[in-house]
Order: sequence, then structure tokens, then C-alpha cells
Amino acid sequence: MDKWESNRAWFLILPVFVIVAFSAIIPLMTVVNYSVQDIFGPGQRFFVGMEWFREVIHDERLHNALVRQLAFSCMVLLLEIPLGVLIALAMPKKGWGVAACLVLLALPLLIPWNVIGTIWITFTRPDIGLLGKTINDMGIAFDHTARPLDAWITVMAMEVWHWTPLVALLAYAGLRAIPDAYYQAAKIDGASSWAVFRHIQLPKMRGVLTIAVLLRFMDSFLIYAEPFVLTGGGPGDTTTFLSIYLVKIAVGQFDLGPAAAFSLIYFLIVLLFCWLFYQALQNVGTGESK
Amino acid sequence: MRVQKRTIALSFYFFLLILPIYWMLNMSLRTNADILANFTLFPRNPTLANYLKIFTDPSWYSGYINSMIYVSLNTIISLTTALPAAYAFSRFRFIGDKHVFFWLLTNRMAPPAVFLLPFFQLYSTFHLIDTHIAVALAHCLFNVPLAVWILEGFMSGIPREIDETAFIDGYSFPRFFLTVFVPLIRAGIGVTAFFCFMFSWVELLLARTLTITNAKPIVATMTRTVSATGLDWGLLAAAGVLTIVPGALVIWFVRNHLAKGFALGRV
Repeated sequence: MDKWESNRAWFLILPVFVIVAFSAIIPLMTVVNYSVQDIFGPGQRFFVGMEWFREVIHDERLHNALVRQLAFSCMVLLLEIPLGVLIALAMPKKGWGVAACLVLLALPLLIPWNVIGTIWITFTRPDIGLLGKTINDMGIAFDHTARPLDAWITVMAMEVWHWTPLVALLAYAGLRAIPDAYYQAAKIDGASSWAVFRHIQLPKMRGVLTIAVLLRFMDSFLIYAEPFVLTGGGPGDTTTFLSIYLVKIAVGQFDLGPAAAFSLIYFLIVLLFCWLFYQALQNVGTGESK
Repeated sequence: MRVQKRTIALSFYFFLLILPIYWMLNMSLRTNADILANFTLFPRNPTLANYLKIFTDPSWYSGYINSMIYVSLNTIISLTTALPAAYAFSRFRFIGDKHVFFWLLTNRMAPPAVFLLPFFQLYSTFHLIDTHIAVALAHCLFNVPLAVWILEGFMSGIPREIDETAFIDGYSFPRFFLTVFVPLIRAGIGVTAFFCFMFSWVELLLARTLTITNAKPIVATMTRTVSATGLDWGLLAAAGVLTIVPGALVIWFVRNHLAKGFALGRV
């Protein structure tokens, strides 16, 4: 669609620009400011250049948190995307079932993130949790507060439980956009249901699935409240993801310099993925999925 | 036969989906002593004592009121600023349009943890710590971009001929916008308001850091109870159930727009 050319449109954007600048640019400049200074107190600050960045880049615990984070985000994608597509394929196409499925799917998405953590604590605790107690009664020791592997499984289960519905919703929206004529043509050709999936449904879902992959990757990359409530980053450091580690440094230890340097690196990584996301969206807009 | 297998698998998935929520609901209807002593699938002596305590104890129910206040403030700010901006992005080409649009997205995706300390400093300078407006403004960081993106998606679905016709008929821009255009996209505005409301409602980190007592949101009240000794599981579960209620009340109305909203208006 051709748009009107007019730079006066900037006046319409001005309010957004001002408010987001206030809550994004000023804070970000403060972070930059911290990242190159050593601050002892009001009026006592020294310019230290790149020192904090050097310290942060060589921080062993940060490396571990980053590796953990990447592993977590990749596992999230590997589990949630196929599962979400399967759910979308299994959902009814018409009738009262559609609305019921959509409402049920939306339920976990609307729960506050820390309450998600609370739900999973009460669900998996070995003494009072339905799942934790059942597993332990079956003779398998399971305790997400003491054993790293159990903690990981619990956090993953929580994450998959929480966000797979989103993938399913997106995939379902993609499926619904396929015209009936495609299915009729496939039927005439005698295509198997796998062929229908491989050659009609999957290509037609490409756009929404790209969005789903990137959204899930980004949001799992920023995860904080759920594992914070569930495991507090423990046992030890085993479920300490990037945001949790950052908050530990910034608020727990009040190390402003390293925290700020860390923030900037974190932000740059996010920016990179964000740009990829934007490019993908542009292609979705002009591509065949419209 | 195939169809049946599908339905069974789907039902099983939904069973797993509901189970953890049911378990919390179950706990919220029991006393703490009962929870710790007995392991039952159904509450044997259901009691509303936990809910009663929340509704009568100011330190609990004020959490809900605080959350409601800043969430509403945030939704209003986000919508009023995003409406004209989304219109500009959907109708005009201007210097830097793509860059600003992308920049907005980066803020939606920015880790709140990065902004934690600077926010605290900034709002301390303006003496805004522990006020509702501080949290509402902080949540604008991700909600305003979200609103702009979703609204732009809806507005681009409205043919431009409508604008042209209205201007030929002699409508001024504000009059056209408020009496013709806004009613046309009211569904989009509703969906956007819902998503602003929701993302502000579920956020914990910023809301917790920027408040102390006067504006403390319910999500923060809950985590502080977790860290205290003598955890009351029943009470915690009841508070959790109550935080689900606002979302559950409106799901029905937005069910067909959920995918669009989560995908920033791009589906």
C-alpha cells in the first residue's frame, strides 16, 4: 500500500517519542554512564574507561549464566514449537470446541509470572505438591530445591506449560488462514495427511512460526520472575539465568559498574536478535503468508 | 477413528494444562495445617478462610488496589499516546519512520533487569518512588511500543479510501480521527487495552523494585511472603487464584484476537 509522504506525521509520534525517551533513553544513558565510572558515593566518581567491561567479559559466572541461558532458550524452542504445532493441528476447526480450546489455551498466558512460579512450587514440592509427592511415592527421589537436574526439569516443565499455548495460538491462526480450496485440491490428488502437512500447512505457517520462534526466543532470553520464584536461581547457580544474575549483581551486591557493563552487553545481544526479528517480520509482511 | 485419537490427545493435554491451576485452587480452599498434614485430591473441609483474610487484611487487599491503579494508569497512557503514533505509522511515510518503528520494538524486547537501577535513580530524583505513577511510567517502556505495534496492525487493515473520503467531505483531522476512525478500530483498541493491561499486570521485577509500601502491588506482596518464615501455603494459593481472576474474566471477549495481540499485530 502506498503511503502519503509527510514529515508532519512526526507530530503524531511526538507523545510516544517523549514518553519512551523518558523511560528508555535517559535510563540507558545512565547505564552507559555507570559502565565507565567507579562510583564510591555522591561526588566521588572516577573514570575507569573499559575496565568494567574487561572484568565482566572475563567473569566466569557470567559465561556460565550465558551458556545456561542459551541452552535454556534453545531447549525452549525445541520443545515448544513442535508441541505447539501438534496442538494446533489437533484443535477442532469449527463448532463450540474452537472457543473452548482458545479460552483454555489462553489461561496460562494471563497469569502473573510470579504466580506461575508459585503454582509450580505448590505443584512440585515433594511434601505438598501433587506432582512432587506422586513421583516420590513412586519411589523416584525428586526435589527441585536440592538437585540441579530436578530443578532444570521443573523450570523447563514450567516454561513449556506456560508458553506452549502461545505457539499453539499462533500456529492455529496460521492454519485458519489456509483457504479450503487447498485441502480440496489435496484431496483430489489423493495426498496423505503427511503430504498435506509438509506441502500445504507447513509452508503456509512459515510466517507465524517465524514470529513464534523469535518471540519465544526473545522472551525466554529475558526470563526472570518464574525461575526466581521457583528456584531462586538455585540450587547453587544451576538455574541462574542472565536476568537473575544481573539483578543479583545490581541489587544484591550493588556493584554498579560491572552491573552496568553487563547490562550493556546483554542489551546489545538482545538488540541483535531484535534486528533479526524485525527483518523476519518485514518478510512476513510482504511474503506469501498475507 | 483418527479424529477420536486426536481428541483424546488434545483432552489429555488440556488436562495437564489445568492440573497445576486446579492444585492451587484446591490449596486455596484449605487451611495451612490441613495442607501440611493431609494429601488429598479434593478439599475435604473446604473453607473460605484464606479468601476472607485477603479481603479483610489491608496489607493484602491494598496490593490488588495498587496493582489495579497503576495498571489502569498505564493502559490509559499507553493507549492515548499510541493511537496517533500508530496512525502515523500506518498512513504516512516520513524521515526515520522505519528506524523509529524498530527502535520501539527494541524497547518491547529490552530486558527489564537492565533498566532496573537507572529507573530507581531516575524516579528517586523526581521523588516518584513508591507512587503508582512511577510503576505506570516504567511499564510504558514495553507497553507503549506494544500498543503502537498492535494498533498499527489493526489500522493497516482499514482502507485508506475512508480517510480520503472523509477529508474530501471536509472533516478536520481531529474530528475525523475521533468520530470516524476511532469507532472503526474499536475492536483493535479493545484488544490493545487488554494486552497493555495484561503485560502490566503480570510484570514483577520493575513493579517490585519501584515500590515500598504505599504502592506495593499484589505480585510483590506475594513474593515477600515467600521469603518470610512461616509460609502460609493456603493464603498464598488464594492470593494467586485471585490474580488470575481479572484475566479469566476477559479471555472470552478477546479469544479471537489473542494470536494477533501476542504477535504484535502481525498475524
